[in-house]
Amino acid sequence: MTYIVKPKNHHPDLEKNELGLTRRDYEGSISSLCAGCGHDSISAAILEACFELSLSAHNVAKLSGIGCSSKAPAYFLNQSHGFNSVHGRMPSVATGANLANHEMLYLGISGDGDTASIGIGQFVHAARRQLNVVYVVENNGTYGLTKGQFSATNDLESKSKYGEDNLFPSIDLAAMAIQLGASFVARSFSGDKEQLVPLLKAAMKHKGFSFLDIISPCVTFNNHGTSTKSYDFIREHNESVSRPDFVPLGKEITTSYEEGQSVQVPLHDGSLISLEKLSKDFDPSNKASSLAKINKAEEEGKVLTGLLYINTESKDLKETLNVVDKPLNQLNEKDLCPGAEKLQAINKDLC
Amino acid sequence: MSNIKSTNEFVIKFANVNGSGSASANQMFAKGVFRSGVPVSPKNIFPSNIQGLPTWFEVRVSEKGYLGRREGVDIVVAMNPQSYNQDLMELNSGGYLLYDSSWKRDFKRSDINVIEIPLTKLCVEEFSNPKQRLLFKNIVYVGALSYLLNMDKEIYEILIKEQFKGKEKLIDPNVKALNLGYDYARENLKEICEIKIETSDKTKGMILTSGNDASGLGCVYGGATVCAWYPITPSTSLAEAFTDYSEKLRVEEETNKNKYAIIQAEDELAAVGMAIGANWNGARGFTATSGPGISLMSEFIGLAYFAEVPLVLFDIQRGGPSTGMPTRTQQSDVLSCAYASHGDTKHVLLIPSDPKECFEFAAEAFDLADRIQTPVIVLSDLDLGMNDWTCPEFKWDDTKSFDKGKVLHAKDLEEIENFGRYLDVDGDGIPYRTYPGAHPEKGAYFTRGTSHDEYAKYTEDGVVNARNLSRLLKKYQTASELVPNPIFKQETNTSSIGVIYYGSTEASMQEALDLLHEEGVILDAMRLRAFPFNLEVWEFIEDHDLLFIVEQNRDGQMRTLIMAEGGIIPDKLVSVLCFDGQPITADFISNKISSHLTGSPSKTAVGGK
Repeated sequence: MTYIVKPKNHHPDLEKNELGLTRRDYEGSISSLCAGCGHDSISAAILEACFELSLSAHNVAKLSGIGCSSKAPAYFLNQSHGFNSVHGRMPSVATGANLANHEMLYLGISGDGDTASIGIGQFVHAARRQLNVVYVVENNGTYGLTKGQFSATNDLESKSKYGEDNLFPSIDLAAMAIQLGASFVARSFSGDKEQLVPLLKAAMKHKGFSFLDIISPCVTFNNHGTSTKSYDFIREHNESVSRPDFVPLGKEITTSYEEGQSVQVPLHDGSLISLEKLSKDFDPSNKASSLAKINKAEEEGKVLTGLLYINTESKDLKETLNVVDKPLNQLNEKDLCPGAEKLQAINKDLC
Repeated sequence: MSNIKSTNEFVIKFANVNGSGSASANQMFAKGVFRSGVPVSPKNIFPSNIQGLPTWFEVRVSEKGYLGRREGVDIVVAMNPQSYNQDLMELNSGGYLLYDSSWKRDFKRSDINVIEIPLTKLCVEEFSNPKQRLLFKNIVYVGALSYLLNMDKEIYEILIKEQFKGKEKLIDPNVKALNLGYDYARENLKEICEIKIETSDKTKGMILTSGNDASGLGCVYGGATVCAWYPITPSTSLAEAFTDYSEKLRVEEETNKNKYAIIQAEDELAAVGMAIGANWNGARGFTATSGPGISLMSEFIGLAYFAEVPLVLFDIQRGGPSTGMPTRTQQSDVLSCAYASHGDTKHVLLIPSDPKECFEFAAEAFDLADRIQTPVIVLSDLDLGMNDWTCPEFKWDDTKSFDKGKVLHAKDLEEIENFGRYLDVDGDGIPYRTYPGAHPEKGAYFTRGTSHDEYAKYTEDGVVNARNLSRLLKKYQTASELVPNPIFKQETNTSSIGVIYYGSTEASMQEALDLLHEEGVILDAMRLRAFPFNLEVWEFIEDHDLLFIVEQNRDGQMRTLIMAEGGIIPDKLVSVLCFDGQPITADFISNKISSHLTGSPSKTAVGGK
C-alpha cells in the first residue's frame, strides 16, 4: 500500500458527469490493500460506474462483512455512508437498511470467505428474497487477511502457494445464485474493465438481487502458476458469453451488431443493457441455458464471464412485503403511532 | 374429611393431553372468571411437543389480587389418564377432582371429592362429528364448572359468541356443549362443590393479556417498523403479536400497503443483523428471541454496542442452559444479556413485571436505544410472556413524540464545521449521528466494528481506542440516569433488612411480604426495573444491613451483577433462588426468607422446590 496522502486539488479540465462531478469526487480513502490487488481494480470499476451513471454518492450505502474485500468500501465513494459489519453477515445488515429506506442504492461488497463459507446462509436467503442490492463477491479463492488459507471457491485442482493440495471442490457462487432465484447474475474479472464497468452499471440499475462474482486475483497468496485464480490463468481461460454495453435512459445504441448477434434487455428505469452475443447457444433469460453453459465451461476448464442470467420481471423484497412507498425511516408518530383512542378500544377487547 | 370451602380464592388445574384443543376452552374458563370481576392468573404448563404429551393449565383465582403461582391445587379437572397419579397427588385434602367418568375409576384417596361427569358419553350422544365429539368435551367441562362454581352461565355464552365471531356456524354447537355440561351438573351434582365464585368488581380498569402480546403492541406504539425474527419458544408470540397488531393498525388506507416490514429470518444472527441495519438507517427495528438466540446474536450485539447503533431486543427467557427446558420459565439470562459479546461490553436492560410494563417498556426501549445509541434488551420471561395476566389497562399519552436522539439532518450539517461521529460534544458520552443519505457532502462516515477514532476512522492507536472505550463507559453512566427507576413497596424504609427482586417475581412478592408480615417479619422491598443500576438502587442497598435477592435462576445472577457493578460485600446479599422451571411462589419466597432469618445454617436460601 502507499502512504502518500492524495492531493485535494485537481486539474480544472477533468471530465465532468451530468452532476458536474469529476471522478475525483467519487474517490475514497487510500487503499491499504497489497499493490496489484484485484480488489483495487474493482473499486476503480465501481467508481467509474458511479461516475458514468452520475449517481449522487450520498444516496449510495456501502456495506460489507470482514476480510480484504470487505475493507474495500473505504476506498471508494467517500460521500457515501459505509458499514463494515461482522464476518459473513453483510446481507442481513443490507436487508435491514434496505427495508428502512428503499430509495437508496445498496452496494454489498463481500469476498469468497465472507460469502461462500461463513456467510453462505445469509447470501442464500438474501438472494432467495430478492433483496434489492448489488452484491459483489471479490473472489480470489483464498483467505488473504489471515494469510493464504484455501477458501470454498478455490478449485479442486488449484494448489496453494506452498504446494499444498486443495481437498474439496469449489462452490460456484454464480450458478448457486441463479438456482436461488437471483434475478441478475454476472461473472467478471477484475482485470477486464471493459466488461466489468457496464455489468456494474446494469447491476446498479437492475431492481432485485444483482449478483456479481468477480474473479479478483490475490497477488500475495493466490497468483502463482498452480493457481486457477491467478491473473495469467484467468486471462488464458476466460470465456465471455457476451460483450455487454450499458445504454443509459434516452440514449441510442450506437454500436452496430450483425443481425441476430445482439440482445437488448430493458432495465427497471428504462435504460438498457445491450449484449453482443459471443456464444450462439446461450440465452441469458433462460435459467437452464445459463446453468448448462456454466457447467459446460467448467468441464472444459474455462471461466465463463459476462451477464449469465437476467430476469427483469421479478418482484423485489419491498414489493413482496407490500411496504409503503415512503421510506420507513421517514415515517413519524402520526404515521406510526395509533394513539390513545385506538388503545382504549384495544383495552376493551382485552377485558 | 372437611371439604375445601372458599369464595373467590382458589387454584384450579386442568390436566389435558396436548393437541386436544383444551387450551382455548381453559382460557375461556379463565376469562369467564375475569369477567365475573375476580382477578385471575392462568398459567399454561406445556411440553415441548405438538400432540400427545401431558399439558396443564393452572388458574389461580384471587379476589385479594394474589396472582403469583401458589402450591397445591383445590380443584383438578383430570382429563388425562397419563397424569392421573401426579394430578391426584397435587390435590389438597378436601379438594375436588373432576374426571371423565365414561370410564369409571377408583382414585384411592379418601380425603378428596371425586366429581364424575361422563364427558365422552355425553358428547358421543349429542354430536355426530368425530372431531366435535373430541373437542367439545372441553366445553362441556367448562359448562359443568360454571354450575359447580355458581357462575353466571351467560358470561360463557357471550364469550363463545365473541370467540366465534365470523364463524357463526360454530356458535350453536359450542353453546350446546356448554349447556350440556351445565345441565348435567345441575341435575346430578347439586351441592357437591363448596368452592364458589361470587361476582366482584376487582377487575374494573383491568385487562387480561400476555406480556408478549403487550410487547408486540408496545412496538407498534413505539414506532417500530422493521421486525426480524426467528421462531423460538417462548418469544415467537411476540413477533406474531406485532404482526397481528400491525395488520390491524398500520396498513395505509389509500394504498393498502404496509407501514412496516416483517421478516422471518433464516436464523437469529440474520434477525439481529436486519434489526441493526434498519436502525443504522434511521428506522426502528427490533428482534425477539430467547436465551439460545442471545447466544447466537452476541457477536452482532457487540458490534451494535461498539459501533453505537441503536437496537431493541426482547429476550423472553426460558429454562437453560443449552436447549434446557424450552417451555418452562426462568430468569437465567441476566448476565449473558448484561454483558453479551466479547470484549468490554455492557448493555441496557429493561425488566418489566406485568403486561402493562411490557407495553410501556417496549415503546420506551426504542426511545432509549435511539437516545443512548446502543442495544437495549427487554428482559421478560416465559411466564410473563406467554401467560395471560390480570393487569391495569394500557395507557398512552398522545402528546408524546418519538425521541430519536442525537441525529443531525441536512440543515444541522450545514451549520456544523466539524462533524465527528464519535465526538463527545455534550460531555455525556453520547455522540451525534447521521442517517445515510443525509447530505450530499457532509456527515458521511464509515461504521465499523474495528477500533476507530472520533471521526470513525480506523485506528490501531491504543491511546485513541482506550479513549473511545472510556467514553463508552461515560455513556453507560448517562444511561443509568435515563432508564426506569426501581419501584419500592414502602414509602420510606422501615427495616434494616430488605428484599430485591425483579420481573415476573412481582406477582408473588406482595403475597410473600404479607405472609412474612403475619409472622412478624417486616422487610423493605425494591423491584429492579433496569440495568445499569441508578443511584436509587445503590442507596437502597446502602441503607440495609442484609438483603435478600429473589431470583428464578440457579446462580444468583442479579446478585452477581450487583456485587460486580457496585462492589457490594457478598455476605450482605443472600440469594433466594427458584429454578425448577415453575413460576416462583409466595410460599417458597417467604419460607426461604423466614428460615434464613430464624437461623437456618445455610448462607444461601437455595432450592428447586
